[in-house]
Amino acid sequence: MLNGIFSVEFVNSILRATTPILFATMASAVAAKAGICNMALEGMMLLSALFGVLFSAMGGGIFGTASGLSQFASFGFGFLLTVLVGGLIGLIFAFCILHMKADEILAAIALNLIASGGTVMILMAVAGEKGASSTIASVAAPKVVIPLIGSIPVLGEILSGQNLLTWLSILAVIVMHVFLYKTPMGLKIRAVGENKNAAESVGISARKIQYIALVISGMLASMGGFYLSGGYMNMFTREMAAGRGYIALAASSMGADTPVGGFLVSILFGIAQAVANLMQLTTIPMQLIQLIPYLTTLIGLGIYSYARMKRRKKLLSSE
Amino acid sequence: MEKQAVLRMEHIMKIYSNGVVANEDVSLDLEEGEIHALLGENGAGKSTLMKVLFGIESPDEGKILLNGVETVIKSPQDAIAKGIGMVHQHFMLVSSLTVAENIILGVAPVKNLFLIDKKRAIQEAEAIAAKYNFNIDVTARVEEIPVGVKQKVEILKALYRGAKILILDEPTAVLTPQETNELFVQLEKLKENGHTVIFISHKLDEIKKICNRATIMRNGKSMGTYSVADMSTDDMSRLMVGRQVVLEFDKKPANRTETMLKVRDLIVHNSQGVQKIDHLSFDLKGGEILGIAGVEGNGQSELVEAITGLNKNYHGAVQIRGEDIRKKTIKEIRNMNLAHIPEDRMKSGCAGTLNILENMFSNQYDRKEFSGRLFLKSKKMQQKAQEWIKEYLVKCNSYKQNVGMLSGGNIQKVIVAREFSTGPDLIIANQPTRGIDVGASEFIRKRLLEFRDAGCAIILISADLNEVLSLSDRLAVMYKGRFASVFTEVEKVQEELLGQYMLGIKKDDRLEGAMYE
Repeated sequence: MLNGIFSVEFVNSILRATTPILFATMASAVAAKAGICNMALEGMMLLSALFGVLFSAMGGGIFGTASGLSQFASFGFGFLLTVLVGGLIGLIFAFCILHMKADEILAAIALNLIASGGTVMILMAVAGEKGASSTIASVAAPKVVIPLIGSIPVLGEILSGQNLLTWLSILAVIVMHVFLYKTPMGLKIRAVGENKNAAESVGISARKIQYIALVISGMLASMGGFYLSGGYMNMFTREMAAGRGYIALAASSMGADTPVGGFLVSILFGIAQAVANLMQLTTIPMQLIQLIPYLTTLIGLGIYSYARMKRRKKLLSSE
Repeated sequence: MEKQAVLRMEHIMKIYSNGVVANEDVSLDLEEGEIHALLGENGAGKSTLMKVLFGIESPDEGKILLNGVETVIKSPQDAIAKGIGMVHQHFMLVSSLTVAENIILGVAPVKNLFLIDKKRAIQEAEAIAAKYNFNIDVTARVEEIPVGVKQKVEILKALYRGAKILILDEPTAVLTPQETNELFVQLEKLKENGHTVIFISHKLDEIKKICNRATIMRNGKSMGTYSVADMSTDDMSRLMVGRQVVLEFDKKPANRTETMLKVRDLIVHNSQGVQKIDHLSFDLKGGEILGIAGVEGNGQSELVEAITGLNKNYHGAVQIRGEDIRKKTIKEIRNMNLAHIPEDRMKSGCAGTLNILENMFSNQYDRKEFSGRLFLKSKKMQQKAQEWIKEYLVKCNSYKQNVGMLSGGNIQKVIVAREFSTGPDLIIANQPTRGIDVGASEFIRKRLLEFRDAGCAIILISADLNEVLSLSDRLAVMYKGRFASVFTEVEKVQEELLGQYMLGIKKDDRLEGAMYE
């Protein structure tokens, strides 16, 4: 067990587990900054996981899978299409809550339930299966092998050979940070999220800004979803989002809805998941082990709230 | 010499969908470089007229001419583009952003295609502040700056967007006398620069001081536009309300009875851990009104929360009739005959979507009179509600009307009716007449005096210095969670001096005798 923890494989397993949560955390952060709690992340990820498989298989049909290049083209086709559809789902969600004025939590629950049942239905219709998409020949995201660095021991083994989407998720943190804090659109998003009236008083359409934020949120969530079925695993299985959307909501909130804060907390959850994976080799009952990531979320949120309360109390008593 | 009219609103008619005629044949013309007062009671139609001008509402009849050209103003964005800026009564600022960021919000200068040019943003904000002599640190966060400065930021926001016509909605409501004077100097400066200002206010002396002309509104109609210099405040108030407003009350000397409220060494921190009340002690006897003046945010809200039991997270002691209230629930404290008129009437004073009756009984629905074992005694409640509506002059169709549909003054009357009908011995009135019309204010003030004469102890917190000066038997000034001073002979207090205490320029140290034994 200890050997397992101090291995390169363990670090890789953390990164694998962090990637989908990280995408979803960024998705949650951008929505939260615009003043919306995007609880529909879970459903968005699940739908995208299925679409990822379908679209990349479609890409495989068009470009073939014979050479590395055609494989990459198939993946690229599937990925872009999935992200596009993710943006569309974000748009539909935005339409429901911003235009039709549905309650954002209820709309999210509806979307999550649609995703949960809808994915199985689509899978059944397309592949004739109810549990997994093993008969569909999808194309996974490629691994990035860095030629020279790869041969450096330990560090090279970690840096080289990671999934392209893992790198993309880290890039997403930087991009979202710059986007939210350095660009006019980011400033508008933050202003709308904090004080809608103030933003509208200077002629910013709060609704438009929230639409944009939710479309971006949907796109980021779909990247996380794509990774689940085209990186973490190589097929779609039912309910494969497994609460990651909700974990990401917690991660984002604990990171004060900032990209960098969310990144750090996501890694924490990635570690929890990786530890759980490792412990499956032990004799501890599976069900207990599978509890670990969720327990971490609960404990994490508890500690976060406690620390905040304590800080306040400390300030209160220091006269 | 005839100055050019930069804006004419002609025969504006606005009828809301609920049938309320908010504006009826109202005309307004603005000359370039004037400060034009828009004067009227609440519900007189000033806000509607300004909403029409700012593109929030569209008029049913009438037209708007900008520089002689007929225009339709479709939205606030459109109004801003046409050079009209509005400074709302409630500031429209994003607290966590800096002053500069608030100013450039939505029109940020850009470098490298998509990044905000922070340096230029600061430079531009500084330049516009310097141009109008606004002494402001544009890199400060809005949450850290005082109210007076926030207002300057609001004005700069409008100017940065090229506003030639500025609408100021009750700009002095939250300012100290000193800040008000500073604002007036700046408004003069704007005037010199050719800007035109619409100044909405209830305060007649301020209008007298700074405005060139005044358009007076009553009941949705314009009572005409007058040159301010040719009018006395009496004339203005007569046109506004159709009768003379008595600002002086016939006040009998206070007949103090037993001690009703005792506050000792009170220390309160807010949720961010900032100390808001700093070792505050005072006594309050029956039959007197303790006025508390002070700039908002100096601990007034926290004091009220501690006394009414809304916040129990404090050090020190609060006693009502000798009983410590820390362990008591809000309901128990209220049952000690405490009435509370909260500061924010929409947020904590009433439930806007419930009707008048339901709001009137929210503190006493469970009294034996009104409640049986299982069901409320509706007949009895309806009868009482109708009585109170009459007694408190609430303007409404019936008690079934939603409170949110009433005007500010009438909402406040509903709240006051509810609080006063329980027969209180101790009244905490926090900004009881803020933003409501002169008639309703006068009514509430008179009721407060009646309760005082009947032996009730009253704390009156108000931003309206005239109000605290004319009603209080003792007047304390709150500054940074302490009483900066206490006046026992309130008639002799000068507003200027009060302002100095409010701003912390002056401070008295020993207040024992005046505040507590």
